Amino acid sequence: MTIRPIRKLLIANRGEIAARIARTCRRLGVETVAVFSDADADAPFVRLADEAVRIGPAPSAESYLKMDRIVAAAKRCGADAIHPGFGFLAENAGFARAVKEAGLVFVGPSPEAIESMGSKQRAKQIAKDADVPTIPGYDGEDQDPEVLREKALEIGLPVLVKASAGGGGKGMRVVRDDGELDAAIESAKREAKSSFGDDTLLVEKYVERPRHVEIQILGDEHGNLVHLWERECSIQRRHQKIVEEAPSPALDRELRQAMGKAAVKLGRAIGYANAGTVEMILDPDGRFYFLEVNTRLQVEHPVTEAITDVDLVELQLRVARGEELPLDQEMVDTIVSGWAMEVRIYAEDPGQDFLPQSGPVLDWHLPEADWLRVDAGVETGSEVSIHYDPMLAKVITWGATRIDAIERMRWALRRSSIQGLRTNRDFLITLLEHEAFVAGDLHTHFIDEHLADVLGQAPDPGLVRDAAWAATLVAQAGRQASRRVLPAMRSGFRNNRYVDQEVRYAVGERALAVRYADLGGGAFRVTTVEGDGDPMVTHLRGVRVDGPEVVFEDDGGHRRGARVIAAGLRHHVRVDGRTVVLEEQPRFPDRSAESAADGAFAPMPGSVVKLVVSEGDRVTTGQTLAVMEAMKMEHSIGAPHDGVVTEIQVKEGQQVSEGAVLVVVKHEDDVEAAEDA
Amino acid sequence: MDASRQRYPVLRSKVDPDDAQYRENREQNLASLEKLEAALAKAREGGGEKYVDRHLDAGKLLPRQRVEMLLDRDSHFLEVAPLAGYQVRGHAAGASLVGGVGVVSGVECVISASEATVKGGAISELGVSKTHRLAEIAEKNELPSISLIESAGADLPNQSKIFVPGGRGFHDLTRRSEARTPTVCLVFGSSTAGGAYVPGMSDYVVMVKEQAQVYLGGPPLVKMAIGEETTHEELGGAEMHSRVSGVSDYLAEDEVDAIRLGREIMAHLDWQKASAPTPRPVDPPLYDPDELLGIASADIKVPFDAREVIARLVDGSRFSEFKPLYGSSLVCGWAHVHGFPVGILANNGILFTDSSNKGAQFIQLCNQSDIPLLFLQNITGFMVGTKVEQEGIIKAGAKLINAVSNSTVPAITIMMGASYGAGNYGMCGRAYDPRFLFTWPNHRIAVMGGKQLAGVLDIIKRQAAAKKGLEVDEQQLDVAKQMIEGQIENESDAFYATARLWDDGVIDPRDTRDVVGICLSTTYNAPVRGTTSWGVFRH
Repeated sequence: MTIRPIRKLLIANRGEIAARIARTCRRLGVETVAVFSDADADAPFVRLADEAVRIGPAPSAESYLKMDRIVAAAKRCGADAIHPGFGFLAENAGFARAVKEAGLVFVGPSPEAIESMGSKQRAKQIAKDADVPTIPGYDGEDQDPEVLREKALEIGLPVLVKASAGGGGKGMRVVRDDGELDAAIESAKREAKSSFGDDTLLVEKYVERPRHVEIQILGDEHGNLVHLWERECSIQRRHQKIVEEAPSPALDRELRQAMGKAAVKLGRAIGYANAGTVEMILDPDGRFYFLEVNTRLQVEHPVTEAITDVDLVELQLRVARGEELPLDQEMVDTIVSGWAMEVRIYAEDPGQDFLPQSGPVLDWHLPEADWLRVDAGVETGSEVSIHYDPMLAKVITWGATRIDAIERMRWALRRSSIQGLRTNRDFLITLLEHEAFVAGDLHTHFIDEHLADVLGQAPDPGLVRDAAWAATLVAQAGRQASRRVLPAMRSGFRNNRYVDQEVRYAVGERALAVRYADLGGGAFRVTTVEGDGDPMVTHLRGVRVDGPEVVFEDDGGHRRGARVIAAGLRHHVRVDGRTVVLEEQPRFPDRSAESAADGAFAPMPGSVVKLVVSEGDRVTTGQTLAVMEAMKMEHSIGAPHDGVVTEIQVKEGQQVSEGAVLVVVKHEDDVEAAEDA
Repeated sequence: MDASRQRYPVLRSKVDPDDAQYRENREQNLASLEKLEAALAKAREGGGEKYVDRHLDAGKLLPRQRVEMLLDRDSHFLEVAPLAGYQVRGHAAGASLVGGVGVVSGVECVISASEATVKGGAISELGVSKTHRLAEIAEKNELPSISLIESAGADLPNQSKIFVPGGRGFHDLTRRSEARTPTVCLVFGSSTAGGAYVPGMSDYVVMVKEQAQVYLGGPPLVKMAIGEETTHEELGGAEMHSRVSGVSDYLAEDEVDAIRLGREIMAHLDWQKASAPTPRPVDPPLYDPDELLGIASADIKVPFDAREVIARLVDGSRFSEFKPLYGSSLVCGWAHVHGFPVGILANNGILFTDSSNKGAQFIQLCNQSDIPLLFLQNITGFMVGTKVEQEGIIKAGAKLINAVSNSTVPAITIMMGASYGAGNYGMCGRAYDPRFLFTWPNHRIAVMGGKQLAGVLDIIKRQAAAKKGLEVDEQQLDVAKQMIEGQIENESDAFYATARLWDDGVIDPRDTRDVVGICLSTTYNAPVRGTTSWGVFRH
């Protein structure tokens, strides 16, 4: 057995995975080199590495995807191996080859293995040859509608008709009924033609209520190959996983053995050495079909680690060094214990179809427990940029049973405070509490089926009230602490008592006023007015503010706490495990902001793709003025109100920051008045 | 703070809340507080519902709303003389002016606002006195001031009482400017004739668009005087003054904008207080200030221990008593209130020769160390009789008055019971220029008690009759005695006094600590510097 030493490892990735790899290296006594783009210069993963090399500007195409720069960085630092992480160059056979040619070790499978699994068709063929079930389908050259129809019926309804060149759901039809078939083929062809310029269609068996179950495999160069059980990743939004667990509640011993065996067989068929994942679709009747092989570490690998107690990155490094796997299948099956859950914390707005968010992380505060693992790429003060995947962290819990793991996850998320930009934290808590989820009744359309109506739901009034009290008390304590004149004076002292201090907030469309009188000794009389409602007077006692944390006791003696992060007039409050964002109304409105009501803003940083209107155009509310591209998505920027376009402040192709005014629309009256003057 | 500094001992309280006297006091003091609140509520009504509604309908803010917006969030506002003019014929409670001390953009300053809902904000005779008092606070404590103006000018039917003293206001404005205490004027409405000189004499002027009107003579007067036809806006509108005449420095879009500009002006002053005490942690008193209501005697004839008051006033109830074994009717000693050092002089009975001498020495010591004085006044007078006269109590009293008069450290006086005779003078009454003077509602003030005064007059009348050899008409004398007694009792009342600006206001005894804290903090805007020069002391 020849050992290729790995003394210094370059991590060709960023964020949480780069940090996670670096931690294992530190434990193993392997030095690390991080590579980073301009946008990541201050990122935690860069500091975690022993050395770091700046490889280019923010866009991945100019940094994390630049093979030559990464290989050169490794050479310059004297690294002997490169770990690609996942995403970016992880499944790029060319990169694996370039690394090898540079005389370095690529921590991953051979370029050939990557290549063979890179093409879906080839992968499917290899799977078929290895007797691994694949989804029945037709992708032949004969595209005659009659042939397509015949094939569809042969496969058996329901089927999926989709554009061969497609993606993103365009030109895709599910056909459940014989009578719909012809029309579906015709319209799919038309759409495929217009979208991709190619009307070649595929017909595939459509699996209703499918589960996404994948098998972790691990092989070495000595012919050993094991599977480390399955992960279920059925909870997805926008075709992306957000909750994963191991094992799967859908598998029994028998099915696990069958699926595991199939995965190992496939791995052997391509001579797989290193960590990989065989993704499968599982139908409600326990039939499984091969989907694809991911020739790399998966995002959700920690759930496997949690139930097996192995460090997959460590084993990847051992295999890459040429060592023999330290475990066989029997060992794996005996070491598995308990259940693990993972949730992915994304910067996204579940209320707006999970639209990615960017911005500052004002608070990153998660609890600690020995059954809790947090793989985070950010920290308090980080800036989430538009250039990369908006996943902030993975939170992993372990429990003796599935319910334990779920409850622990709920506990951990409720105690977390992630503020500054919208995340899916609250949504994940709702999901974890859903009875179908708790029952393990999962499938890939779970969110659409069960949670569509809770998305974007307004927070409970009681919660908002608590949040407003907490924000008010924390802000008051902050002012008190910074006060130079009489810092120990009761807030708002009047010898002629006629009015309390007042703060006004808006939460979405709702208005809320909180008036308070400092009664001394941590007691406050608080008057809350919601909208046009009657004032509600509450006496809060035992008010204690410690930094962003506040504890108070209401009239009923119920003592509770909240955590408030204020940024300007925006108060981010974690209260009763949920997040409420309050917009404080300024005492003195900014005059320049008033004219800004006429401006159409950039909702997030990005670039202006297209300007649809020109100066002088008459527009109506919501009419598209410009199109922006941000976070890999297009956004239409609508007119704030009816009026006339008086100014266009940007050019096509220009990069703009969040809140930048793109187009100014004035009310017609104002325009006329200005002309008269 | 230097931890090696010896801390003052903690006062031990002997108050028993179950005591009959305590309960009686508490009940009566609560009744007095109700009376106080009712009077303040009256003052807050301004010109009454009709005029308030009319003002609000015009889209304007009420004077108190303007003041509240001007103040920093959480800032204190120590209102001065809120009951000036209360139950005085021809005056509204508050004397058509809201005024006091508060914090704007971190700067302690004197704020005054015209009560536009009372006679259009026209200034009354007591309004002139209140304006002067506020000006005096700004001058003595070296504070910037902000005037929120919307005033029809002098209350014309009463011009004879106003015209001559009223001119002093403009003198004071420019003197304060000269003394480097900036004056800011926000004009919300009309400000005519004499009123025009308030912005005219101020360092910074903000005028509200389409609301402020400032001119020496309005369109009718102009028409009469020179036959010119003109409009309010042309003659003295905010736009004209901001763009043409330069009387206004800032044109505000609306009232809120004017207040914002006022706050912006205060922010740019980069104000530094002239003095600062050694920073120290502020501990609240160990005893509940609420108990002051049971301690302060409702009947001024019943004495109470001033140390019980001090224990509920000072930081940590810690008090370093001076000469505890000498002149025990005047308690003297050092403490801190809201972190500020104070030398306290508190009456525990009438003044004797020894207690007066002790007080004079204590005032000298505080001057030597630049420590402000706090007088807790509850005094029925100096002792009389041959024994004390032969001791030379006049010399001792003169010594105390000499020390009080020549002392240069700030003094604050709280009248917490009786204030009779020369005791009022020796304990830094109004005429001795304490920086601030506040009164508890149970307080009585006069040259002497009504009964005593009537009795004295009765004796004098009898003596005069005897001299002339006349018989006295007992019935007539009795009626006269009762009338006099009734008149004096009425005039001795705290509300009678405060309505005439004999003090800066009647306060809830429970607020005393915070009021004194605000007063002390305010005084530290001027240098706190004691003197070593005194008048000739008689020994």
